[in-house]
Amino acid sequence: MNRTKGDEEEYWNSSKFKAFTFDDEDDELSQLKESKRAVNSLRDFVDDDDDDDLERVSWSGEPVGSISWSIRETAGNSGSTHEGREQLKSRNSFSSYAQLPKPTSTYSLSSFFRGRTRPGSFQSLSDALSDTPAKSYAPELGRPKGEYRDYSNDWSPSDTVRRLRKGKVCSLERFRSLQDKLQLLEEAVSMHDGNVITAVLIFLKRTLSKEILFRELEVRQVALRHLIHFLKEIGDQKLLLDLFRFLDRTEELALSHYREHLNIQDPDKRKEFLKTCVGLPFSAEDSAHIQDHYTLLERQIIIEGTFSSPVNLKKTFKIPDKQYVLTALAARAKLRAWNDVDALFTTKNWLGYTKKRAPIGFHRVVEILHKNNAPVQILQEYVNLVEDVDTKLNLATKFKCHDVVIDTYRDLKDRQQLLAYRSKVDKGSAEEEKIDALLSSSQIRWKN
Amino acid sequence: MAFPHRPDAPELPDFSMLKRLARDQLIYLLEQLPGKKDLFIEADLMSPLDRIANVSILKQHEVDKLYKVENKPALSSNEQLCFLVRPRIKNMRYIASLVNADKLAGRTRKYKVIFSPQKFYACEMVLEEEGIYGDVSCDEWAFSLLPLDVDLLSMELPEFFRDYFLEGDQRWINTVAQALHLLSTLYGPFPNCYGIGRCAKMAYELWRNLEEEEDGETKGRRPEIGHIFLLDRGISVSDVDFVTALCSQVVYEGLVDDTFRIKCGSVDFGPEVTSSDKSLKVLLNAEDKVFNEIRNEHFSNVFGFLSQKARNLQAQYDRRRGMDIKQMKNFVSQELKGLKQEHRLLSLHIGACESIMKKKTKQDFQELIKTEHALLEGFNIRESTSYIEEHIDRQVSPIESLRLMCLLSITENGLIPKDYRSLKTQYLQSYGPEHLLTFSNLRRAGLLTEQAPGDTLTAVESKVSKLVTDKAAGKITDAFSSLAKRSNFRAISKKLNLIPRVDGEYDLKVPRDMAYVFGGAYVPLSCRIIEQVLERRSWQGLDEVVRLLNCSDFAFTDMTKEDKASSESLRLILVVFLGGCTFSEISALRFLGREKGYRFIFLTTAVTNSARLMEAMSEVKA
Repeated sequence: MNRTKGDEEEYWNSSKFKAFTFDDEDDELSQLKESKRAVNSLRDFVDDDDDDDLERVSWSGEPVGSISWSIRETAGNSGSTHEGREQLKSRNSFSSYAQLPKPTSTYSLSSFFRGRTRPGSFQSLSDALSDTPAKSYAPELGRPKGEYRDYSNDWSPSDTVRRLRKGKVCSLERFRSLQDKLQLLEEAVSMHDGNVITAVLIFLKRTLSKEILFRELEVRQVALRHLIHFLKEIGDQKLLLDLFRFLDRTEELALSHYREHLNIQDPDKRKEFLKTCVGLPFSAEDSAHIQDHYTLLERQIIIEGTFSSPVNLKKTFKIPDKQYVLTALAARAKLRAWNDVDALFTTKNWLGYTKKRAPIGFHRVVEILHKNNAPVQILQEYVNLVEDVDTKLNLATKFKCHDVVIDTYRDLKDRQQLLAYRSKVDKGSAEEEKIDALLSSSQIRWKN
Repeated sequence: MAFPHRPDAPELPDFSMLKRLARDQLIYLLEQLPGKKDLFIEADLMSPLDRIANVSILKQHEVDKLYKVENKPALSSNEQLCFLVRPRIKNMRYIASLVNADKLAGRTRKYKVIFSPQKFYACEMVLEEEGIYGDVSCDEWAFSLLPLDVDLLSMELPEFFRDYFLEGDQRWINTVAQALHLLSTLYGPFPNCYGIGRCAKMAYELWRNLEEEEDGETKGRRPEIGHIFLLDRGISVSDVDFVTALCSQVVYEGLVDDTFRIKCGSVDFGPEVTSSDKSLKVLLNAEDKVFNEIRNEHFSNVFGFLSQKARNLQAQYDRRRGMDIKQMKNFVSQELKGLKQEHRLLSLHIGACESIMKKKTKQDFQELIKTEHALLEGFNIRESTSYIEEHIDRQVSPIESLRLMCLLSITENGLIPKDYRSLKTQYLQSYGPEHLLTFSNLRRAGLLTEQAPGDTLTAVESKVSKLVTDKAAGKITDAFSSLAKRSNFRAISKKLNLIPRVDGEYDLKVPRDMAYVFGGAYVPLSCRIIEQVLERRSWQGLDEVVRLLNCSDFAFTDMTKEDKASSESLRLILVVFLGGCTFSEISALRFLGREKGYRFIFLTTAVTNSARLMEAMSEVKA
C-alpha cells in the first residue's frame, strides 16, 4: 500500500460521479483511471498464489479442463514445434489428466433413461422397437440405427415422411409413378422438416429427368429453394445453372457462375475466368461492376509492382471525387507524405494561381490527418483553411493549434477570450509570449 | 443500481440437468466404440463441448488423442477414429478423403461419425457417393440445448440464420421442435403458447406433431414454465425486426459482445484489458457477481457503479487496520478470499470498460449513435446517407458500412435507386467487387433493397401472381414478397410506440421503459410485441400490428386449462428466438420482467449481433 489513508479519503471524497455522456469521455476516462489505480493499489496485498482463479469461475461450479486447449496441444505436438513440446512438458498434458477431479456425478442420467446400468448394455431387437415412453428423453440412445430396418413396403406417403423425420431408414423405391413421387414431396413439405424435404428431393433427382423435376419444382417454391440450396452445398454447379436457365432466372445464373471465381487462386486463371463472366446477363449496373473487376485484375497483372497513377485509376473506374480524396488522403497521411497531401488539395486556375479546395470540407481533412497522427504544424495549416470561424476555433482548440487560436482571437479583436486562452498554454512558452505581446500591443483596437 | 429481482419473482428451473444429460449421452456414444480411439472434433463444437465435459472425462472413455477437424491429412495412428461433427457436407468430404486414403494404403480401421445435433440425409448421400457408406458407422448426439447462464439456453447454431432466412432451408426446424419436446418432457407442458413468424409457426406445428406421436408423457406433469413465446428473428415476411439486431448495443453485456465477441458464454480479454502480458478467458454469467450487477446497465452507468464498488472494496480492506490477531485471523480465513475474487473481477471489468471507451472514442461512437438515432426517427436522411457514404469511402469497416446501409434500407423501406447505385458502387470500390454477391444476398433476404420505381414493381408482382394463381405454388417466396409486400417500419414503430417521446433528457439511471437498452431511442420490436401479447394473453387488439408485419397467417396462440399451473409458474416465460437474439433484447426483457414480476428464460438458436448478421450474409473468398 503506497497511499496513506488520508490520501485515499481525499481521493474518494473529491471525486464526483456524474452521468456519462459520450462526448465528455476525457472526464469519464480519467474517472475510470482513478478507479483502476485505486484497485491496482490493492494489488500488492491481494496478489499471491491463486492467479488463475478466474479461469475456473463457472456457474455450475465445475472445473473445466479445456478441450480446446488440449486440441491445440495435440496440434503443437504432432507439428513438433519445440515450443509446443516445451509447453506440453511444463503443463504435463495428457499423462496428468487422470489426476484432474473426476466428474461430480457418478450417477448417470443416461443409464436412468435406458433403465439399466451403463457399460455397454445390449438391447434386444424387441426392446429397441417397443416405444417405451422413457426413450423420448434421448430417442436414439440404445438403438444404433443400422441394426434394425423396416422392410415394410407399404408405408403411406405420410407414414413414410414421419419415419424419415425420425431418422429411420426407409426405402422410397416404391414411389414410382410421378403422382406418388409428388404426393410424397407434398407430404414432406407440409411437415416442414427441411431435412426430409431434401431427402425426398435427392430421391426425385435420381429418379426423374431434370426437365420433369424442374417443371414440377417451379410451382413448388419451398421444395425448389431446398433443391437450390442442396445443389449449392454439394457443389453441383452444372445442374444448378441448368435449373436457373430453366427457370429463366438469368441474373441468379450469372451470379452463380461469377461466384466460382472465389475458388480460383491463380491470378491469371482468375482473370481468364472473369473474362467469361463479362458477357453474362447481369443487371445493367452489375455488368459494369463485372467489367471493372476484370479490368482491375488485368491491370494488376500488367502493372505488378510498377507505378500506376492514382489519377489514371480514378478515371478508369469512375471513382467519385469524395471517395478518391478520402482514400488518397488516408493513404498519403499514413506514409506521412505531407507534400502529396498538399498536392491533393491544390488546384490551379487558368491564370496559374493556386487555390486550396477540398470536396470533403477541410474540417474533415483535419480530423483525418489528426487520426493519422499528423504533427501540429501540418494540422495547423489545414485548420487555417476551415472557413467557418467557430468550427475553426473548435478544431484548433481541440488539436492544440495555439497559433491558429491566438491569431483568430486577434482577428476577432476578442481580448477576453485571448486572456482566457493564456491560461491554457504552457507557462513561459512562445505562445504565452505571443499572447502577452498582443495583449500589450497598442495597435489593436479590442472590442472588449 | 443493478435492479434486484422483486421478492415475489419466481425461481428459475434448474437447467444444469441439460448439461448432464448431454454429457451422459456423449459418454454412451463413446462407449459404442469400445477400446482406444482418437477423437476428431469440429472447431465449432469445441467450445460447447468444453462447457459440458473435459479431457479427463473423454480420457476415462478411452479417447486417446484429440484432433481438430480441418482440411489436413490426419496424423493419427490409432486403429479407431471417431469424428464429432456438425452435419455438413464439407465434413463428409473430409472424412471420406481420410477413409479412402486408408483404403488405398490397404489399411483397415474402425470409423465412427457422431453428428451433433442430428444427421442429415444429404450427409449420408455424400458418404454413399464417396463409397464409404457402411465403412463408417453413424450416430447422433442430440446435444441441442446448452445452458449458457441461469436464464439463457443456446442451441449454438448460428447457421440457422443464413440457412433459413437467406436460403429458405428448413433443415433446423425439426431440431428446434426436438429441443422444445425435450424441454416439455423435463419441465412439464407449457399451458400457454404464443408465436409470430412463419418459421415460428412451422416449428410449433412440428413440435405439436411430436408431442401427439409420443402422447402421454407430459400428461399429468405439473407445468414448471407457464408460457412459451416463439418468434422469428426477422419476423417472417416483414423483416422490420432486423432493426433491433442492426443497432449498436449500449448495454454493458451487448457492448462487450460487440467489442470483444462473447463466444459460447465466455470472452477472451486481451492484454489491453488484463493489464498484464497475457490474455484471459473469462466466463460471463450470473456467477460473476460484478458482471451480474452491470450486465444489463446502460454503459453510462457502469463507471459510477465500478467506482462505487472500488470504494466499498477499499473500505472493506481497510477494516483490517486496527484488528487484533483474532479478528485478523477471522478476516483472512473468512472474508479475504471473497474480497480477492471481487477484486479480480472488478479490475477486469474496469479494464474492459477502459478498452471499450478507447475503441469507441476512436471510431467516433457519438456520431455513429447520432446517425443511428436519426435513421430510427426518420429525420435528416440526406445527412445520414452522406455519413454512410463517407464511412464507406474511408474504408472504416466493411461490416459496419454494410450494417448502416441495411439500417437505412429497412427504416426507409428501401434506398432510392440513385442512392442505392451510388452507395453500392462506392462499396464495391472500397471493399472489393466480389461483394456484389453480398448485395445480391442482402436483397434476397430483404435486408438491403432498392425502392422499386412503379413499373419494376408491377413486373415483379405480375410474375409473382402468375405463380400464386397456380394453386400448387402456395405461398409467395420470401424474396418476392419482401419486394411486393413491403412492411412499413415507420407505421409499426408509430403503432407500437417504439420510439418513446421524451421531454428533456432520458434518465438512463432510472429507466422508465425498455428503450433504455438503446439509450432511450428505441424499444426492440420483439420485446414490445412480447409485452403486448402477455398483457392481453392473446393477439386480440393487435390485428393492425400483425397486418403491418405481414404476419396475419403466422400469429398464433394456444392455451390449455391452467388449473394445474401454479401461480409461480405462470410468471415464468420461455422466449424462443429463431434465428438468434441479441444481448440488448435479453436485457430489455429482464427489465420488463422486473417491472411486471415475471422472469424470462431465453432459448435462442444462437446469440447474435449486427456483425454476425452481416458476416452471415457476406460472400468472400473461402
